[in-house]
Amino acid sequence: MIAKQISVFLENKSGRLTEVTSLLGEAGINLTAFSIAENSEFGILRMIVSDPEKAYKILKDAHFAAKQTDVLCLSCPNTPGALATALKLLSDKGVFFEYMYAFANGETANVIIRPDDIESSIKILQDAKLQLLAASDLYRL
Amino acid sequence: MAVPMSEIVRIHASSGTTGRPTVVGYTRRDITAWSECLARCFTAYGATKHDLFQVSYGYGLFTGGLGAHYGAEHIGASVIPMSSGNTQKQVQIMHDFGSTALCCTPSYALFIADYIKDSGVPRDEFKLKIGIFGAEPWTENMRRELEQKLEIKAYDIYGLSEIAGPGVGFECECQNGTHLNEDHFYPETIDPVTFEPVKDKEGELVFTHLTKEGMPLLRYRTKDLTRLHYGTCECGRTLVKMDRILGRSDDMLIIRGVNVFPSQIESVILEMPEFEPHYEIYVDRINNLDIMELKVETRPDAYSDNMNDILALNKKLSSRLNSVLGIAVKVKIVEPRSLERSTGKAKRVFDNRKLK
Repeated sequence: MIAKQISVFLENKSGRLTEVTSLLGEAGINLTAFSIAENSEFGILRMIVSDPEKAYKILKDAHFAAKQTDVLCLSCPNTPGALATALKLLSDKGVFFEYMYAFANGETANVIIRPDDIESSIKILQDAKLQLLAASDLYRL
Repeated sequence: MAVPMSEIVRIHASSGTTGRPTVVGYTRRDITAWSECLARCFTAYGATKHDLFQVSYGYGLFTGGLGAHYGAEHIGASVIPMSSGNTQKQVQIMHDFGSTALCCTPSYALFIADYIKDSGVPRDEFKLKIGIFGAEPWTENMRRELEQKLEIKAYDIYGLSEIAGPGVGFECECQNGTHLNEDHFYPETIDPVTFEPVKDKEGELVFTHLTKEGMPLLRYRTKDLTRLHYGTCECGRTLVKMDRILGRSDDMLIIRGVNVFPSQIESVILEMPEFEPHYEIYVDRINNLDIMELKVETRPDAYSDNMNDILALNKKLSSRLNSVLGIAVKVKIVEPRSLERSTGKAKRVFDNRKLK
């Protein structure tokens, strides 16, 4: 249930994002989802990719500050209130979200979540019969 | 110390080359001699016992505050021991008390000048007439700007803790060179590479104490580059004069009156495993205040994907630098390998202040 997210530290200067995406594209790596957190000086690109190990190695070899982080992917119906239900379950148990980002895929909506306690989050969500995407499925989306 | 500690009545310290402060000790006679030197400076600037000195150099280990304080008392002037900072209060007291002489760094004086202008209080409600500026290099342009903005006469005061503190040298009314109190501190200029004495050209200034008891030094290297002029000045003084100091024989930076060595910054960076020992230091003067920015590379495997963690790391480095250097440093974390690599001597310091 735990997926590997790749993140890259990027300075705010033009062309950096292009470099990362070209590098991965040339290696045949697909991006399933990504988000960028930024402030005035730098940004953090967070990505779910088709081959995290390979992507990580490529970025490292190109001297990017890259990192693998454990995240989980919640798959819920693409309907009003579905996300709220799931998040309430976690926050009621005191789980803190460091960040999250989402992408809708027709009938379903997928939410990448980085909770402070990933193991107990998985248990809480599974106990509530909510669907979590397996890493291998997520990478192939 | 060259005398038993029981003879030492005062200790000061300055930021030293290795990041550890250089400590200096004064006997009672040393303090008197130092005050006498400062009294000469203030008298040369036209100050008398009728003046009211606002001493806005930092008080404490730094020699500026207490040095100027004792010198002003020595000529019988009244002293307001303001210390640095809290500009609003500085201006209010300058206005309400009617300070006639201001002692501070030239960059802080410019800041105060702009503050006064913004406050909208008319200049004729201030009594300020003499500016006594030192502890950092400044230029003729800055003098013109200070004299024009504050409507005062602005004079340079030269000194360094190891020799005494402020008052090693001073400008006279001619404002074209700094007289050195050579009866206390014997000056020579040397070639910083061969150490041979140089005459009639620029060299590194070295001092030998003639009267100091607590910590007498022989040919102490100031690292300041200047040229000495012997003869009688138009003001009538025969004390040797030196040119304005605009260069150093080492890489020391003077930021808002504080001595900063790139090696100090490097040692802080090296203590933090999150960073590569690759950095660049940028210095600029914005709104008359020295600003120092440090760019440092994150280690590829030591960065966090959490924004707050990176911001916290940034803050950790800047507060460590602040506690080591005593001044604020703006830290910018950059990507690995993004700073230029040099095969020879790395160019790490970019001082964009226009002093010439």
